[in-house]
Amino acid sequence: MEYIIIIISTVFVNNIVLAQFLGICPFLGVSNKISTSTGMAAAVLFVMTLATIVTWLVYTYLLLPLGIGFLQTISYILVIAALVQMVEIIMKKVSPALYQALGVYLPLITTNCTILGVAILVIQKDYDLMSSVVFAIGNALGFGFTMVLFAGIREQLELVGMPLGMKGVPIALVVAGLMALAFMGFAGMV
Amino acid sequence: MSNMKEFTKGFIRENPVFVLLLGMCPTLGTSTSAINGLGMGLATTFVLVASNVVISLIKNVIPDKVRIPAFIVVIASFVTIVDLLMSAYFNTPGPNGEPSLYDNLGIFIPLIVVNCIVLGRAEAFASKNNIFLSFLDGLGIGLGFAFALMILGTVRELLGSYSFFGYRLINSDGILVFVLAPGAFIALGFIIALINKLRTTK
Repeated sequence: MEYIIIIISTVFVNNIVLAQFLGICPFLGVSNKISTSTGMAAAVLFVMTLATIVTWLVYTYLLLPLGIGFLQTISYILVIAALVQMVEIIMKKVSPALYQALGVYLPLITTNCTILGVAILVIQKDYDLMSSVVFAIGNALGFGFTMVLFAGIREQLELVGMPLGMKGVPIALVVAGLMALAFMGFAGMV
Repeated sequence: MSNMKEFTKGFIRENPVFVLLLGMCPTLGTSTSAINGLGMGLATTFVLVASNVVISLIKNVIPDKVRIPAFIVVIASFVTIVDLLMSAYFNTPGPNGEPSLYDNLGIFIPLIVVNCIVLGRAEAFASKNNIFLSFLDGLGIGLGFAFALMILGTVRELLGSYSFFGYRLINSDGILVFVLAPGAFIALGFIIALINKLRTTK
Protein backbone atom coordinates (compact mmCIF):
# COMPACT_ATOMS: atom_id res chain seq x y z
CA MET A 1 0.00 0.00 0.00
CA GLU A 2 2.79 2.37 0.96
CA TYR A 3 4.42 1.73 -2.42
CA ILE A 4 1.21 2.45 -4.34
CA ILE A 5 0.92 5.79 -2.54
CA ILE A 6 4.52 6.65 -3.47
CA ILE A 7 3.81 5.83 -7.14
CA ILE A 8 0.60 7.91 -7.29
CA SER A 9 2.22 10.80 -5.49
CA THR A 10 5.28 10.89 -7.77
CA VAL A 11 3.42 10.41 -11.06
CA PHE A 12 0.48 12.74 -10.51
CA VAL A 13 0.58 14.86 -7.36
CA ASN A 14 4.24 15.87 -7.09
CA ASN A 15 5.07 15.39 -10.73
CA ILE A 16 8.81 15.77 -11.15
CA VAL A 17 8.61 18.10 -14.16
CA LEU A 18 5.47 20.11 -13.61
CA ALA A 19 5.55 20.51 -9.82
CA GLN A 20 9.23 20.15 -8.89
CA PHE A 21 10.87 21.72 -11.96
CA LEU A 22 13.45 19.00 -12.50
CA GLY A 23 14.44 17.81 -15.96
CA ILE A 24 13.10 20.84 -17.81
CA CYS A 25 15.96 20.79 -20.35
CA PRO A 26 15.13 17.34 -21.84
CA PHE A 27 11.44 18.12 -21.35
CA LEU A 28 11.74 21.10 -23.71
CA GLY A 29 14.62 19.77 -25.80
CA VAL A 30 13.59 16.30 -26.99
CA SER A 31 9.82 16.65 -26.96
CA ASN A 32 9.29 17.58 -30.61
CA LYS A 33 8.20 14.08 -31.60
CA ILE A 34 6.40 11.37 -29.65
CA SER A 35 8.94 8.73 -30.79
CA THR A 36 12.00 10.58 -29.44
CA SER A 37 10.25 11.40 -26.18
CA THR A 38 9.36 7.75 -25.53
CA GLY A 39 13.01 6.81 -26.18
CA MET A 40 14.21 9.43 -23.71
CA ALA A 41 11.61 8.35 -21.15
CA ALA A 42 12.72 4.71 -21.38
CA ALA A 43 16.39 5.66 -21.00
CA VAL A 44 15.56 7.80 -17.95
CA LEU A 45 13.54 4.98 -16.36
CA PHE A 46 16.46 2.59 -16.80
CA VAL A 47 19.24 4.89 -15.57
CA MET A 48 17.24 6.51 -12.76
CA THR A 49 16.37 3.18 -11.15
CA LEU A 50 19.95 1.91 -11.40
CA ALA A 51 21.50 5.19 -10.26
CA THR A 52 19.20 5.48 -7.25
CA ILE A 53 20.08 1.96 -6.09
CA VAL A 54 23.82 2.52 -6.49
CA THR A 55 23.90 6.00 -4.90
CA TRP A 56 21.71 4.80 -2.00
CA LEU A 57 24.16 1.97 -1.33
CA VAL A 58 27.16 4.31 -1.65
CA TYR A 59 25.63 6.78 0.81
CA THR A 60 24.47 4.21 3.38
CA TYR A 61 27.43 1.85 3.37
CA LEU A 62 30.31 4.13 2.42
CA LEU A 63 29.73 7.84 3.08
CA LEU A 64 27.75 7.53 6.34
CA PRO A 65 30.05 5.05 8.19
CA LEU A 66 33.10 7.11 7.21
CA GLY A 67 31.37 10.33 8.32
CA ILE A 68 31.90 12.07 4.99
CA GLY A 69 28.28 12.80 4.10
CA PHE A 70 29.31 16.24 2.87
CA LEU A 71 30.98 14.61 -0.13
CA GLN A 72 27.51 13.56 -1.33
CA THR A 73 27.34 15.87 -4.34
CA ILE A 74 30.82 15.04 -5.67
CA SER A 75 30.54 11.30 -5.18
CA TYR A 76 27.02 11.10 -6.63
CA ILE A 77 27.86 12.95 -9.81
CA LEU A 78 30.94 10.76 -10.34
CA VAL A 79 28.98 7.57 -9.65
CA ILE A 80 26.24 8.63 -12.05
CA ALA A 81 28.70 9.63 -14.79
CA ALA A 82 30.59 6.34 -14.45
CA LEU A 83 27.35 4.35 -14.34
CA VAL A 84 26.02 5.92 -17.53
CA GLN A 85 29.30 5.17 -19.31
CA MET A 86 29.22 1.57 -18.08
CA VAL A 87 25.58 1.06 -19.08
CA GLU A 88 26.43 2.38 -22.53
CA ILE A 89 29.36 -0.03 -22.97
CA ILE A 90 27.50 -3.07 -21.61
CA MET A 91 24.38 -2.32 -23.63
CA LYS A 92 26.43 -2.04 -26.81
CA LYS A 93 27.88 -5.54 -26.22
CA VAL A 94 24.88 -7.36 -24.79
CA SER A 95 21.91 -5.90 -26.59
CA PRO A 96 22.67 -3.95 -29.77
CA ALA A 97 18.94 -3.56 -30.46
CA LEU A 98 18.35 -1.81 -27.14
CA TYR A 99 21.47 0.29 -27.71
CA GLN A 100 20.12 1.35 -31.10
CA ALA A 101 16.93 2.54 -29.43
CA LEU A 102 18.33 4.26 -26.32
CA GLY A 103 22.01 4.89 -27.16
CA VAL A 104 21.73 8.48 -28.32
CA TYR A 105 19.92 9.53 -25.15
CA LEU A 106 22.41 8.04 -22.69
CA PRO A 107 25.14 10.71 -22.84
CA LEU A 108 22.48 13.40 -22.34
CA ILE A 109 21.38 11.76 -19.12
CA THR A 110 24.55 12.49 -17.11
CA THR A 111 23.64 16.16 -16.94
CA ASN A 112 19.92 15.48 -16.56
CA CYS A 113 19.10 16.93 -13.17
CA THR A 114 16.29 14.44 -12.50
CA ILE A 115 18.78 11.62 -11.88
CA LEU A 116 20.90 13.52 -9.34
CA GLY A 117 17.79 15.18 -7.93
CA VAL A 118 16.02 11.89 -7.18
CA ALA A 119 19.22 10.39 -5.74
CA ILE A 120 19.48 13.33 -3.30
CA LEU A 121 15.73 13.39 -2.53
CA VAL A 122 15.59 9.75 -1.36
CA ILE A 123 18.33 10.52 1.17
CA GLN A 124 16.51 13.68 2.34
CA LYS A 125 13.29 11.71 2.72
CA ASP A 126 15.03 8.95 4.70
CA TYR A 127 13.68 6.15 2.49
CA ASP A 128 14.87 2.54 2.82
CA LEU A 129 16.20 0.78 -0.27
CA MET A 130 12.87 -0.64 -1.46
CA SER A 131 10.99 2.66 -1.07
CA SER A 132 13.84 4.44 -2.87
CA VAL A 133 13.53 2.10 -5.84
CA VAL A 134 9.77 2.60 -5.98
CA PHE A 135 10.25 6.37 -5.66
CA ALA A 136 12.74 6.34 -8.56
CA ILE A 137 10.47 4.24 -10.77
CA GLY A 138 7.50 6.47 -9.97
CA ASN A 139 9.42 9.64 -10.79
CA ALA A 140 10.71 8.17 -14.04
CA LEU A 141 7.17 7.13 -15.00
CA GLY A 142 5.90 10.61 -14.14
CA PHE A 143 8.65 12.14 -16.27
CA GLY A 144 7.85 9.85 -19.21
CA PHE A 145 4.11 10.36 -18.87
CA THR A 146 4.26 14.17 -18.96
CA MET A 147 6.90 14.14 -21.68
CA VAL A 148 4.83 11.96 -24.05
CA LEU A 149 1.69 14.03 -23.37
CA PHE A 150 3.65 17.21 -24.00
CA ALA A 151 5.18 15.85 -27.22
CA GLY A 152 1.69 14.99 -28.49
CA ILE A 153 0.54 18.55 -27.90
CA ARG A 154 3.67 20.01 -29.51
CA GLU A 155 3.21 17.93 -32.67
CA GLN A 156 -0.19 19.58 -33.08
CA LEU A 157 1.19 23.04 -32.23
CA GLU A 158 3.51 22.92 -35.24
CA LEU A 159 0.46 23.40 -37.48
CA VAL A 160 -1.03 26.33 -35.61
CA GLY A 161 -0.56 29.94 -36.68
CA MET A 162 0.66 32.31 -33.97
CA PRO A 163 2.62 35.56 -33.52
CA LEU A 164 6.25 35.10 -34.59
CA GLY A 165 7.71 35.81 -31.15
CA MET A 166 5.61 33.11 -29.52
CA LYS A 167 6.78 30.33 -31.86
CA GLY A 168 8.93 27.52 -30.46
CA VAL A 169 9.97 27.67 -26.82
CA PRO A 170 7.68 30.48 -25.54
CA ILE A 171 4.45 28.73 -26.59
CA ALA A 172 5.86 25.42 -25.33
CA LEU A 173 6.42 27.02 -21.91
CA VAL A 174 2.89 28.40 -21.83
CA VAL A 175 1.51 24.96 -22.76
CA ALA A 176 3.61 23.41 -19.99
CA GLY A 177 2.13 26.00 -17.62
CA LEU A 178 -1.40 24.99 -18.59
CA MET A 179 -0.47 21.32 -18.11
CA ALA A 180 0.91 22.16 -14.66
CA LEU A 181 -2.38 23.91 -13.90
CA ALA A 182 -4.26 20.75 -14.90
CA PHE A 183 -1.97 18.60 -12.76
CA MET A 184 -2.71 20.84 -9.76
CA GLY A 185 -6.13 19.20 -9.83
CA PHE A 186 -4.49 16.06 -8.45
CA ALA A 187 -3.33 17.92 -5.32
CA GLY A 188 -4.76 16.51 -2.14
CA MET A 189 -5.25 13.06 -3.66
CA VAL A 190 -2.58 11.52 -1.44
CA MET B 1 37.50 47.02 -25.16
CA SER B 2 37.17 43.34 -26.07
CA ASN B 3 37.56 42.55 -22.36
CA MET B 4 34.51 44.67 -21.68
CA LYS B 5 32.64 42.74 -24.37
CA GLU B 6 33.34 39.38 -22.69
CA PHE B 7 31.82 40.83 -19.57
CA THR B 8 28.69 42.45 -20.99
CA LYS B 9 27.64 39.76 -23.48
CA GLY B 10 25.96 37.72 -20.76
CA PHE B 11 23.39 40.37 -19.93
CA ILE B 12 21.41 40.71 -23.13
CA ARG B 13 23.09 39.38 -26.28
CA GLU B 14 24.00 35.94 -24.90
CA ASN B 15 21.81 35.90 -21.83
CA PRO B 16 21.89 32.25 -20.69
CA VAL B 17 18.19 32.10 -19.78
CA PHE B 18 16.37 34.42 -22.15
CA VAL B 19 18.42 33.84 -25.31
CA LEU B 20 20.37 30.57 -24.98
CA LEU B 21 17.58 28.86 -22.99
CA LEU B 22 19.97 27.05 -20.63
CA GLY B 23 19.56 26.35 -16.93
CA MET B 24 15.79 26.18 -17.04
CA CYS B 25 15.30 24.02 -13.93
CA PRO B 26 16.76 26.45 -11.34
CA THR B 27 15.24 29.38 -13.28
CA LEU B 28 11.72 28.06 -12.89
CA GLY B 29 12.22 26.39 -9.54
CA THR B 30 13.76 29.22 -7.52
CA SER B 31 12.17 32.35 -8.96
CA THR B 32 9.18 32.41 -6.60
CA SER B 33 10.33 35.84 -5.40
CA ALA B 34 12.93 38.37 -6.49
CA ILE B 35 15.16 37.70 -3.50
CA ASN B 36 15.17 33.91 -4.01
CA GLY B 37 15.99 34.38 -7.69
CA LEU B 38 18.82 36.75 -6.86
CA GLY B 39 20.20 34.38 -4.19
CA MET B 40 20.25 31.46 -6.60
CA GLY B 41 21.78 33.63 -9.32
CA LEU B 42 24.61 34.82 -7.07
CA ALA B 43 25.33 31.28 -5.81
CA THR B 44 25.62 30.10 -9.41
CA THR B 45 27.78 33.12 -10.26
CA PHE B 46 30.23 32.19 -7.50
CA VAL B 47 30.50 28.60 -8.79
CA LEU B 48 30.82 29.80 -12.37
CA VAL B 49 33.59 32.33 -11.65
CA ALA B 50 35.56 30.01 -9.37
CA SER B 51 35.34 26.97 -11.65
CA ASN B 52 36.15 29.04 -14.74
CA VAL B 53 39.30 30.41 -13.08
CA VAL B 54 40.48 27.02 -11.78
CA ILE B 55 39.78 25.22 -15.05
CA SER B 56 41.58 27.91 -17.00
CA LEU B 57 44.57 27.47 -14.61
CA ILE B 58 44.78 23.69 -14.97
CA LYS B 59 43.69 23.37 -18.60
CA ASN B 60 47.19 22.41 -19.79
CA VAL B 61 47.61 19.67 -17.17
CA ILE B 62 44.39 17.76 -17.90
CA PRO B 63 44.59 15.08 -20.63
CA ASP B 64 42.03 15.75 -23.32
CA LYS B 65 40.20 12.43 -22.87
CA VAL B 66 39.28 12.90 -19.22
CA ARG B 67 38.63 16.64 -19.34
CA ILE B 68 34.84 16.44 -18.82
CA PRO B 69 35.05 14.30 -15.62
CA ALA B 70 37.85 16.58 -14.39
CA PHE B 71 35.73 19.68 -15.00
CA ILE B 72 32.81 18.05 -13.19
CA VAL B 73 34.95 17.34 -10.13
CA VAL B 74 36.14 20.96 -10.01
CA ILE B 75 32.59 22.24 -10.35
CA ALA B 76 31.23 19.78 -7.77
CA SER B 77 33.87 20.91 -5.25
CA PHE B 78 32.79 24.53 -5.53
CA VAL B 79 29.12 23.53 -5.35
CA THR B 80 29.85 21.71 -2.09
CA ILE B 81 31.59 24.84 -0.77
CA VAL B 82 28.57 27.01 -1.66
CA ASP B 83 26.20 24.47 -0.13
CA LEU B 84 28.09 24.40 3.18
CA LEU B 85 28.56 28.21 3.27
CA MET B 86 24.88 28.85 2.60
CA SER B 87 23.74 26.35 5.20
CA ALA B 88 25.95 28.20 7.69
CA TYR B 89 25.17 31.85 6.88
CA PHE B 90 21.80 31.96 5.07
CA ASN B 91 19.92 29.47 7.21
CA THR B 92 18.18 31.74 9.75
CA PRO B 93 14.37 31.78 9.43
CA GLY B 94 12.64 35.15 8.97
CA PRO B 95 11.02 37.08 11.86
CA ASN B 96 7.55 35.63 11.16
CA GLY B 97 8.85 32.09 10.76
CA GLU B 98 9.31 32.31 6.98
CA PRO B 99 11.67 29.65 5.64
CA SER B 100 15.28 30.77 5.19
CA LEU B 101 16.91 31.35 1.80
CA TYR B 102 18.73 28.03 2.15
CA ASP B 103 15.43 26.20 2.72
CA ASN B 104 13.75 28.02 -0.16
CA LEU B 105 16.46 27.06 -2.65
CA GLY B 106 16.61 23.54 -1.20
CA ILE B 107 17.63 20.84 -3.62
CA PHE B 108 18.56 23.36 -6.33
CA ILE B 109 21.82 24.25 -4.55
CA PRO B 110 23.46 20.79 -4.97
CA LEU B 111 21.91 20.67 -8.45
CA ILE B 112 24.06 23.64 -9.58
CA VAL B 113 26.53 20.89 -10.47
CA VAL B 114 24.36 19.69 -13.36
CA ASN B 115 23.48 23.21 -14.51
CA CYS B 116 24.39 23.16 -18.21
CA ILE B 117 25.54 26.81 -18.07
CA VAL B 118 28.45 26.02 -15.74
CA LEU B 119 29.80 22.99 -17.62
CA GLY B 120 29.06 24.74 -20.91
CA ARG B 121 31.24 27.76 -20.07
CA ALA B 122 34.03 25.48 -18.78
CA GLU B 123 34.07 23.49 -22.00
CA ALA B 124 33.41 26.31 -24.46
CA PHE B 125 35.39 29.16 -22.90
CA ALA B 126 37.58 28.47 -19.87
CA SER B 127 39.37 25.49 -21.43
CA LYS B 128 40.55 27.69 -24.31
CA ASN B 129 41.19 31.14 -22.80
CA ASN B 130 43.46 32.73 -20.20
CA ILE B 131 42.57 33.29 -16.56
CA PHE B 132 41.58 36.93 -16.79
CA LEU B 133 39.21 36.47 -19.73
CA SER B 134 37.73 33.33 -18.12
CA PHE B 135 37.12 35.30 -14.94
CA LEU B 136 35.32 38.06 -16.86
CA ASP B 137 33.34 35.52 -18.86
CA GLY B 138 32.22 33.67 -15.73
CA LEU B 139 31.29 36.91 -13.97
CA GLY B 140 29.37 38.25 -16.99
CA ILE B 141 27.42 35.07 -17.72
CA GLY B 142 26.79 34.49 -14.01
CA LEU B 143 25.46 38.00 -13.43
CA GLY B 144 23.37 37.68 -16.60
CA PHE B 145 21.86 34.52 -15.13
CA ALA B 146 21.23 36.26 -11.79
CA PHE B 147 19.69 39.22 -13.65
CA ALA B 148 17.32 36.92 -15.57
CA LEU B 149 16.29 35.08 -12.40
CA MET B 150 15.69 38.38 -10.62
CA ILE B 151 13.51 39.69 -13.48
CA LEU B 152 11.40 36.52 -13.50
CA GLY B 153 11.26 36.52 -9.70
CA THR B 154 10.17 40.18 -9.65
CA VAL B 155 7.40 39.56 -12.19
CA ARG B 156 6.11 36.53 -10.29
CA GLU B 157 6.28 38.32 -6.95
CA LEU B 158 4.54 41.45 -8.29
CA LEU B 159 1.67 39.46 -9.79
CA GLY B 160 1.56 36.67 -7.24
CA SER B 161 1.62 38.58 -3.97
CA TYR B 162 1.61 42.26 -5.03
CA SER B 163 5.00 42.78 -3.41
CA PHE B 164 8.42 43.98 -4.55
CA PHE B 165 11.45 42.42 -2.79
CA GLY B 166 9.19 41.45 0.09
CA TYR B 167 7.71 44.96 0.44
CA ARG B 168 3.93 44.78 0.01
CA LEU B 169 2.58 47.30 -2.52
CA ILE B 170 -1.16 46.52 -2.44
CA ASN B 171 -2.70 45.07 0.69
CA SER B 172 -4.46 42.17 -0.98
CA ASP B 173 -3.82 38.50 -1.71
CA GLY B 174 -2.54 38.62 -5.29
CA ILE B 175 -2.91 36.14 -8.13
CA LEU B 176 -1.71 33.07 -6.26
CA VAL B 177 -1.09 30.96 -9.36
CA PHE B 178 1.97 33.03 -10.29
CA VAL B 179 3.76 31.95 -7.12
CA LEU B 180 2.85 28.30 -7.81
CA ALA B 181 4.31 26.08 -10.50
CA PRO B 182 2.06 26.94 -13.51
CA GLY B 183 2.77 30.67 -13.17
CA ALA B 184 6.50 30.04 -13.52
CA PHE B 185 6.10 28.43 -16.94
CA ILE B 186 3.59 30.98 -18.20
CA ALA B 187 5.52 34.04 -16.97
CA LEU B 188 8.82 32.79 -18.46
CA GLY B 189 7.06 31.95 -21.74
CA PHE B 190 5.74 35.47 -22.11
CA ILE B 191 9.04 37.10 -21.10
CA ILE B 192 10.94 35.08 -23.73
CA ALA B 193 8.26 35.91 -26.32
CA LEU B 194 8.66 39.61 -25.52
CA ILE B 195 12.45 39.41 -25.86
CA ASN B 196 12.16 37.51 -29.16
CA LYS B 197 9.85 40.26 -30.40
CA LEU B 198 12.30 43.00 -29.36
CA ARG B 199 15.25 41.19 -30.97
CA THR B 200 13.52 40.61 -34.31
CA THR B 201 12.13 44.11 -34.70
CA LYS B 202 15.44 45.83 -33.93
